[in-house]
Amino acid sequence: MTGPVIQVEGLYKNYGTVTALRGVSFSVEEGEVFGLLGPNGAGKTTTVEILEGMRTPDRGLARVCGLNPEKSGSQFKEMIGAVLQSTSLPDKIRVKEAIDLFANFYRVHGNTNDLLKRFQLEEKRDAFYSQLSGGQKQRLAIAMALVNNPQVVFLDEPTAGLDPQVRREIYDIIEELKRGKKTVLLTTHYIEEAERLCDRVAIIDYGRVIKIGTPRELKHASAGTTRIEVRLAKPVENGVLGQLDAVANAREFDGTYVLHSTRAPLTIVALVKHLESDSNELQSLEMFSPSLEDVFIELTGRRLRD
Amino acid sequence: MASNVIRNTWILTKIRVRLAMRNRTFLFFSLVMPLGFLFFFVTIFSKGDTAWTAYILGAILTMTVMGSFWGLSVQLVMFREAGILRRFRLAPLGAGPMLASSILSNYILVLPSVAIEIIVTKFMLHMQGWGNLWAIFLLVTIGSATFSSFGLIVASVTNTMQETQVINQVIWTAFLFLSGATVPLARFPHWIQGASLFMPATYLATGLENAATNLATHAEIITDVIALGIGLLVAFEISRRLFRWEPEAKLPGSAKLWVVAAMIPFIAFGAYENVKGDRLVLIRQNFQMLNSASMAAPSKSH
Repeated sequence: MTGPVIQVEGLYKNYGTVTALRGVSFSVEEGEVFGLLGPNGAGKTTTVEILEGMRTPDRGLARVCGLNPEKSGSQFKEMIGAVLQSTSLPDKIRVKEAIDLFANFYRVHGNTNDLLKRFQLEEKRDAFYSQLSGGQKQRLAIAMALVNNPQVVFLDEPTAGLDPQVRREIYDIIEELKRGKKTVLLTTHYIEEAERLCDRVAIIDYGRVIKIGTPRELKHASAGTTRIEVRLAKPVENGVLGQLDAVANAREFDGTYVLHSTRAPLTIVALVKHLESDSNELQSLEMFSPSLEDVFIELTGRRLRD
Repeated sequence: MASNVIRNTWILTKIRVRLAMRNRTFLFFSLVMPLGFLFFFVTIFSKGDTAWTAYILGAILTMTVMGSFWGLSVQLVMFREAGILRRFRLAPLGAGPMLASSILSNYILVLPSVAIEIIVTKFMLHMQGWGNLWAIFLLVTIGSATFSSFGLIVASVTNTMQETQVINQVIWTAFLFLSGATVPLARFPHWIQGASLFMPATYLATGLENAATNLATHAEIITDVIALGIGLLVAFEISRRLFRWEPEAKLPGSAKLWVVAAMIPFIAFGAYENVKGDRLVLIRQNFQMLNSASMAAPSKSH
């Protein structure tokens, strides 16, 4: 297909008095894993659900494979696979039955046994949905999303609430999709997920796309700063830490001071001197290489989990 | 396109039947409870009078069929609230197969209950004859689909399970007690009898009671079937229009008008029967005949 597989231009969406989207625009190329990174309530799910044909935008354009998701019906649904933010199935449906059931709705579909094997659900094939763990339920949700071998896959926070081990399993599955040249739109608020899996990331907040780029590009845009997180015995006045040597910006989050420094050693020396003169004490100090979290903080002044 | 709709309806029907068979609560309410009522009513009211036993069978069959109304509305709201419908929405399915499959699966599940109730009444409770089995089959078929559709309408216009239960309770009570399904209609004051003719349940109850007791002609039963059939067509179309996949989806402003529209066939039938029809006369006559038959056999009173 020529041109972007997913095209979003100027999407607006209100829920009553709450504005969820304020002109979201981006495009996703064929075979690309594209991430929407932002905190809860940023508008990620609304964007994805408009693209899945589940919601109607108030204004703007949404196209998937050149089709209008809201109006293209079965033809569109045959092309996509989706994992909702929260998937629910009847408690008493068995794992194999669920995959068979959804497979049968599509003209072209994969083999249930192959999917059970691929998603490590063979042992649970006869288990009821209610008997599955969170990770198994999510693997089943992904298996169901891929049952029709879709061209485009939407994954709405596929690892939210899962333990690290299960998260890594889901990452492996997404990497497999990437190798299979599927076009994937992934929403997440996990930095690690966006950095590891996405070819490009759109940082989204308050219903607006703030920045788009590859994880590397975005981190470079963070001016190569090092993040220094410190906890102090006594609070310091607003703006004081921002004046220290080589500090690009400084913010306080729940008692932790986060400094972005262009030359970390200089900043640390200046910080220690300032604390001595202020009769304050350093309780902890941690240094981090620049991450997408830093980009997000720089751009929004907030942390992803705020 | 049409073949896809039929195919998807059948796929969903099969899984719904399977899920229902795994649900103990469903089995209790659809099989055990009606049988309990059958034994209870026959023991208390019939006391060996086979004509009344057949009449009670008609009433129990009515309750079994009307149960579709309650079961389907609750199930649809539960699926919507739990987000189960959302997952189905992502598949190439429309509202039609979702709704049609719930009606069809319900019918498939009602049939064994009906058969067991008839067989138990015949062989354990000593009903004479089998009643008019074809008429029973026809009324159960149309009645089950009609009351299922009513249930789906209730599910579409209510937002929460609590709301659904309250509305169901009100409608169910009226259906149960004012249709002749529990207390024979002829025992009520005439104005209640007249009012009952505006309710779909009355056509099902009188139809099934007449079919079980063999007291009505085919033509009379066909009227009940036609009333329920028209009700079914209207109710199904309205339930399809009002269907919501999402818990937070807003009801269209016209929803209440559509609900009123679902009652139009029965308002029309009720008006006709009250003004020109002879249904109430027949109901009273049949009741008299049952009583006369009962009194002719001194040991068999009710």
